Amino acid sequence: MASLLRSLFLLLIVQSFLVAIAFGSNEVEEFSEALLLKPLPDRKVLAHFHFENRAPPSNSHGLHHHLFPKAISQLVQKFRVKEMELSFTQGRWNHEHWGGFDPLSSMNAKPVGVELWAVFDVPQSQVDTSWKNLTHALSGLFCASINFLESSTSYAAPTWGFGPNSNKLRYGSLPREAVCTENLTPWLKLLPCRDKDGISALMNRPSVYRGFYHSQRLHLSTVESGQEGLGSGIMLEQTLTVVLQPDTTSVESNMQPSWSLSSLFGRKVVGRCVLAKSSNVYLQLEGLLGHGSKNVDTEIEAHGLWKNADFELSLKPERVLRESSSFLFIFDIDKSSDSEPFDLGLTWNLPSKWSCQQAPLHASRFLMGSGNERGAIAILLKATESQEKLSGRDLTNGQCTIKANIFQIFPWYIKVYYHTLQIFVDQQQKTDSEVLKKINVSPSTDKVSSGMMEMMLELPCEVKSVAISIEYDKGFLHIDEYPPDANQGFDIPSALISFPNHHASLDFQEELNKSPLLSSFKEKSLVRSYTEVLLVPLTTPDFSMPYNVITITCTIFALYFGSLLNVLRRRIGEEERFLKSQGKKTGGLKQLLSRITAKIRGRPIEEQSSSESPAAQSSVLSSKLIFKIILVAGAAAAWQYFSTDK
Amino acid sequence: MALHCYSPFSVLSQFRGSKGNRVIICADLLSALLLRAIGQKLQKSYRMNLRPLGVLRSSQDRGILPCGDIAALVYLWNPFTILSCVGLSTSPIENLAVIVSLYGAVTRRVPLAAFGLIMATHLSLYSAPLVFPLIFLLGYGLDAPPIKKFLQTRHGGVETGSTSDVSKQEKLTPTTQLPFSWRTVLHFVFWVLVWSSYVLVLCSLSLKQYGGLEEMFKRTYGFILRIEDLSPNIGVFWYFFAEAFEFSRNYLLIIFNLYILLTSIPSLMFRLKHRPCFLAFAYLAFTSILKSYPSVGDAALYLSLWALFVNELTDMEYSFFIFCGYIGFSLLSPVMHNFWIWRGTGNANFYFGNAMGYACFQFMFVEKSVNAMLNHDQALKKATAEMTKNLAITVIF
Repeated sequence: MASLLRSLFLLLIVQSFLVAIAFGSNEVEEFSEALLLKPLPDRKVLAHFHFENRAPPSNSHGLHHHLFPKAISQLVQKFRVKEMELSFTQGRWNHEHWGGFDPLSSMNAKPVGVELWAVFDVPQSQVDTSWKNLTHALSGLFCASINFLESSTSYAAPTWGFGPNSNKLRYGSLPREAVCTENLTPWLKLLPCRDKDGISALMNRPSVYRGFYHSQRLHLSTVESGQEGLGSGIMLEQTLTVVLQPDTTSVESNMQPSWSLSSLFGRKVVGRCVLAKSSNVYLQLEGLLGHGSKNVDTEIEAHGLWKNADFELSLKPERVLRESSSFLFIFDIDKSSDSEPFDLGLTWNLPSKWSCQQAPLHASRFLMGSGNERGAIAILLKATESQEKLSGRDLTNGQCTIKANIFQIFPWYIKVYYHTLQIFVDQQQKTDSEVLKKINVSPSTDKVSSGMMEMMLELPCEVKSVAISIEYDKGFLHIDEYPPDANQGFDIPSALISFPNHHASLDFQEELNKSPLLSSFKEKSLVRSYTEVLLVPLTTPDFSMPYNVITITCTIFALYFGSLLNVLRRRIGEEERFLKSQGKKTGGLKQLLSRITAKIRGRPIEEQSSSESPAAQSSVLSSKLIFKIILVAGAAAAWQYFSTDK
Repeated sequence: MALHCYSPFSVLSQFRGSKGNRVIICADLLSALLLRAIGQKLQKSYRMNLRPLGVLRSSQDRGILPCGDIAALVYLWNPFTILSCVGLSTSPIENLAVIVSLYGAVTRRVPLAAFGLIMATHLSLYSAPLVFPLIFLLGYGLDAPPIKKFLQTRHGGVETGSTSDVSKQEKLTPTTQLPFSWRTVLHFVFWVLVWSSYVLVLCSLSLKQYGGLEEMFKRTYGFILRIEDLSPNIGVFWYFFAEAFEFSRNYLLIIFNLYILLTSIPSLMFRLKHRPCFLAFAYLAFTSILKSYPSVGDAALYLSLWALFVNELTDMEYSFFIFCGYIGFSLLSPVMHNFWIWRGTGNANFYFGNAMGYACFQFMFVEKSVNAMLNHDQALKKATAEMTKNLAITVIF
């Protein structure tokens, strides 16, 4: 017995050793957390939480994970997702004040509601089924109605207008989806420390949802290992971007508000998430060029930056990195403890003003026309001030041009007439060939699929404004297809405007610590901006009386059929005969006689009877008439008599 | 900016429209000419049928109205025709196809009749059952009083025929015999097959890349029969199917499509087989009410066909009431549409109630016309009976 136990024990040890070897041979799973804080020019503060979780390619991949959320890895395995992004957003990103040409805005400025896109690694015929299954799985995972994206009327397959070029890409968005804590909680569940420890402890729900904008994003990509037999690794990137308004106590209106983490979130960071490989807090300050231009190349001088005449930081940064137009202060929260929590604060001493880098063109979208039958959608692109400074222009044929991709989904009940597409450059109408370089249109099918339009514009650099308009007819839906609040209208998803020749990246020269946040900023990301969601009111039928409509219509049809049948089967001759026989019921003997005589003579009965009746009728009429005249005369005489009596 | 963008649109779209206008005007004029020719034929046969009945003497021929001219004018001056022409609707072309088929049958040009029928069916599915009136027209000949009465009169005519002139008798024989000419009908069926296969082959060749014939049937006839588009029109089905419950939709679709086919065709066919042109009118009027996507152009067609029978239908009941109803509802309909769609002050029921009332008046119009036509036949019978009686009296004495 004892020997058996011992051998079992030995076996266990050997096995665990083997397992350890197996894991040791590969990379280990990594988790890192980061928080980027950035004061915005319009007296608001942006907080960007960034969590990255990497599962390396391994044999046991999908079966066992240390840190990586199992739900996600199963999702990837089951539906063979190559890349996926899901975002929940509320509020609208203010491109003018919050920036439009940096990696932060191009990746995290998302359309209102839910946006989902995914690239699959399955044969072309199975992409749609995978998409449908994925939407259902995500819907359960994130407590949101993502399953509405399942129907083919709500998603599209962009070819090149949306960032990645793939024919296995599906894109869908739900502008009406309300985003709240119920979506954040399952999202936090994917983090190894949840919101109990580390940076995510800052996510105090009331303060997060009080903000002007919040967008929680989940980006998933698989990394091919390249080795045979090994599966693919997964990289999960979770970000939460919040724009908050610090409570201002200062009376001065031009002074930037001072804030600290505890005043923004009502909480402090006590310690790092122990499972995280790195956990840093970054503070990005833009527009401090007055200091930057002097001499901050060396670290020692940079350290002096955190306390100066303009502003003061409550903590000393670990390092200061410099980019062309901004500074990045790096803090490590390792040093914080229960007794001394990490509470970064920024105090402004002098009023300061700066502006953000903007995308070459500012996009907005609006509806034209009135009434519920037709209308037009217009997309207006306006040149921004910072356009001159930007690089990334395309010099073709000696001409400076800006390329802009417009990607737009139309729900089927917006019946777009693509031939009415008109492009106005600087208020002058241009023919398609002048500015339109490429266009891809897939028209919608009623109740089957939504329409999609991708177009690439090539505009001269000195352009001031571009207006694109397209006309549409409004569809009429079945009574069941209206949402409960039908009179509110329907939302058209945001259009996406991207600039394929412009890439945003922040390159901080020092590359000592490999922070995932900084490396993601360093990657060149496509500059893109989403337009507003449009609210289109549609005509509604009367919801209260389907029964009335059905019964009234059917009654009229039945009545009609009855009356037509009555006309068709009627025999007028017989009817006349019947009437006459009824009229002469009194003189039975006479009728019989007349019939007999008629039969003897071989003539129809009508002749005789008709010859008789007029005389009788006239006599009756005349007697009646005489009676009436007498009655009236009597009445008149009586009236005369009584009236004269009094 | 919005105004800047929008104003050039309307001007351009108007300009673009004028190109198609010419085709539609030509179609309208051509159908008016053909209607006139049909009317002249009908008038001739009407005169020929009445003369032997003794209702009409050759000296009284002026009493017969020139129904061809009237029908052509009714077609051209009908506000509905003008509306559908100005609105660039395709219904004038559909109407032309229907009139071409009728013209072909009336003038006994069998291939032309078959061609018209096939084109009309190709353009709108609801013209397909016109094949029955056309077969009757080719088989029995033009509209005439019922056979029984004819045989009766011929009988009377033969009895007293010794004195009547021979040429008149000879003229009568082709119409009075009323044999069903199977040869012409078979000829017609053959041509229908030829034209339909021709159209189908052409369609399949041109649609090879886009899913072939199956796709075409699904997208055209399927779209018509399934009533998928629920945008408001002057009919009643758009609202009915917007409100009807989804689970009973298929059932109701079957019921209403059968309603058109079963209620109108067989019953009318039994009573009106001696008047195939009138049968065609009754059928067209009926479908224009119950079509899935009716238009005022359909009303223009059946109203002008109705005008071909002004001589027979002079005693129509409630004609003034129905006329007023037509005018009232066609004026109210745009008002209600404007209230509902553009101003938002009205409700869908306003417009639907209007469409319902219009359908009622159309139903009444069809019913009263059929009634008047049957009464007319009855009156003819009476007149012939009287004539035979008189003849018999003359024979006795």
